[in-house]
Amino acid sequence: MTTAGISTGRGSKFKLTKLDMKYSPYLYIAPFFILFGAFGLFPLIYTGYVSTRKWTLVGGDKGFVGLDNYTELFGDEKFWNAMFVTFGLFLVGTIPQLLLALLLASWLNKKMKFRTALRMGILLPNITSVAAVGIVFGFIFADRFGLANWGLDLIGIDPVSWRQHRWSSWLAISTMVNWRWIGYNALIYLAAMQAIPKDLYESASIDGASPTRQFWRITVPLIQPTILFTVIISTIGGMQLFTEPLMFNYGQLNGGSLGEFQTISMYIYQQTFELGTRYGYGAAMSWTLFILIMLFAGINFAMVRRSVKGSTT
Amino acid sequence: MSVTSRRLRTYAAAALVAGLALSSTACSKSDDSDSGEGGTVTVTLQYFGTPGLKEAAEKFNSTHTDIKIDAQNMGELKDFDPKLTQWIATGQGAGDIVMLEEGNLQKFLLEPKGFANLFDLGGKDLKDTFLPYKWEGGQTADKKKLVGLGTDIGGLAMCYRKDLFQKAGFPTERDKVSALWSDWAQWAAKGEEFKAKNTGAAWIDSATSVMQPYIMQKSDTWFYSKDNKFIGDSNPIVKQAWDFGLGLSDKGLTAKLVRWNPDWDAAFKKASFATLPCPAWMTGVISGRAGAEAKGQWDVATIPGGSGNWGGSYLAIPEQSKKKKQAFEALKWITGKEGGLEAYKAAGAMPSNVAALDDPAFKDSKNEYMNNAPTGQIFGASAKALKPIHLGPQHQNLWEKVFEPQMQAAESGKSTSAAAWAKAVEDGKKLAAG
Repeated sequence: MTTAGISTGRGSKFKLTKLDMKYSPYLYIAPFFILFGAFGLFPLIYTGYVSTRKWTLVGGDKGFVGLDNYTELFGDEKFWNAMFVTFGLFLVGTIPQLLLALLLASWLNKKMKFRTALRMGILLPNITSVAAVGIVFGFIFADRFGLANWGLDLIGIDPVSWRQHRWSSWLAISTMVNWRWIGYNALIYLAAMQAIPKDLYESASIDGASPTRQFWRITVPLIQPTILFTVIISTIGGMQLFTEPLMFNYGQLNGGSLGEFQTISMYIYQQTFELGTRYGYGAAMSWTLFILIMLFAGINFAMVRRSVKGSTT
Repeated sequence: MSVTSRRLRTYAAAALVAGLALSSTACSKSDDSDSGEGGTVTVTLQYFGTPGLKEAAEKFNSTHTDIKIDAQNMGELKDFDPKLTQWIATGQGAGDIVMLEEGNLQKFLLEPKGFANLFDLGGKDLKDTFLPYKWEGGQTADKKKLVGLGTDIGGLAMCYRKDLFQKAGFPTERDKVSALWSDWAQWAAKGEEFKAKNTGAAWIDSATSVMQPYIMQKSDTWFYSKDNKFIGDSNPIVKQAWDFGLGLSDKGLTAKLVRWNPDWDAAFKKASFATLPCPAWMTGVISGRAGAEAKGQWDVATIPGGSGNWGGSYLAIPEQSKKKKQAFEALKWITGKEGGLEAYKAAGAMPSNVAALDDPAFKDSKNEYMNNAPTGQIFGASAKALKPIHLGPQHQNLWEKVFEPQMQAAESGKSTSAAAWAKAVEDGKKLAAG
């Protein structure tokens, strides 16, 4: 097309080519942004609008109420309970998850037999349907006739009522989350590790640095951007934790009879679609969650960056 | 790169794609299918669970030429209800006839504008063909609008485990068992006797199981007064039933199970409890969970107090339907005698139509699994004796999401009865205020 353009009417075709060069990239990425606008940005803004109104599904839009929904939120102890659960589960779930993934990646980075098969194997839990994982773990952590309690019984420990306490339900749920995500994160770390030049390790070895020291002083600092990426992604995922605790409780949104493991997403869903179908209130919570995720992800980003930088000096 | 690892990579990619495809759920909705041929109008019927409506619709289709019913299975109630609520609110998507569960019907009775008034479509004449409480249950509080006509009900009985009764030295024959308890106090006293015999089983599955039959027998209100004010805190019957239920667990008579959880399922297999308040549909739950090896071990006696209902559904016509007249004809047949009996035959759903209840096909029916108990007679008698009870808009949520979990917390010892009650009342008030 361009060669044909040069041979005939030179000026206008040249202009077209220039336009093509300048604007085509925008056109190519447009579908994503149009879809994002329709299914991401618009709902986001509209949710903000709904959050300022008293709006129930059955009763319809009952008008503008200003920040009433947000004020109610701050006095709602179930909301704070759900917040506590969400952050708690994030801490007991995500931190061990990323550390284990890091260790796993460094082992998989070594020379060994069946390396590719093993590297792919750790991703298998991640491609299993989360609902299937939830159902299976629901059976493992069944109170009376579950595998976990059977195992505890074998070593002489009393059976645990997994859904009756905070610690036990959190343990079970974070096990489920870790099962799914350790392999995924490990694979991302592994990819980053393979980009580290081998001679760094060789010279470190010659200087007498132990493998552990090499790991903390060479590997971790050099894959810092990747660690930051996984921290952000797991923060977002952790804040939105929904399916695992839901399946753990056999599809009930209440997260235990006293809400011991009701996450913020579960509470939003319950308020919006199950109890009274309060759209306005649910929207206010969704927005609060959105802001909190941004804040929290920002804080994590800053903290991890500082600590990883610190380890290089 | 070696050949094997490249092949493995291909497999991994394939597995990844398959995983992604599996995890992404597709949802599709069937569009209005109007088959114009020969003046036949097709009406869609959306139902949940296994109420036997599909079979009833098939029977209808084989005997009718002008109207056909397209029965669509919408999954479980908890999946269907949010969707339906949305469709009703937005005015599109719902079928010509939809199935509403008794508890979920309540919120629509409060805001009934999304549904057609069946009184106007010819529903007025049907009054005497339904059990009184079921007929009243389908109307708004001012009795001006009939939203739904009754399909199935859950007449109540007391199911009991014969082998456990024998172990405890109790009579096992159903008439003698029924004679052991004429009211709940006697039944609880028997429970203590049973416990003293150390059979290794509990008397009942949970403290919350008795709430529904207990309250429904003794009161015409529960969480709401008849003008839909929340009275869960002041209605004496609620606290009375609460104390009765938790009293059972204090005495160690309950197995402290949570209904529908796998542990509850497994408890049937292990014969962990001896009695269970049993709506008609529960006999299917029992046979499915206790399995073939327990066939004939469960039997059915009358419920303390003699009457009761637990669950049940209605059929309604959304206002958005463009074929209301035909939909009503179909609805009338399905909730009528023939439709009710057909659903009973197919799924054991007990009809609320009086003529169907009096028909030998229901009345003389026996349940083979439950030791050939004359279930038609037992359940029919309990349903007919039941007086209407007013439930109110958020009834189902108030019970299942607020009071029941708190009661379970108290039963498991995580909370005290007093603290749980205070919390339930507080949350209940909030929920009812919306």
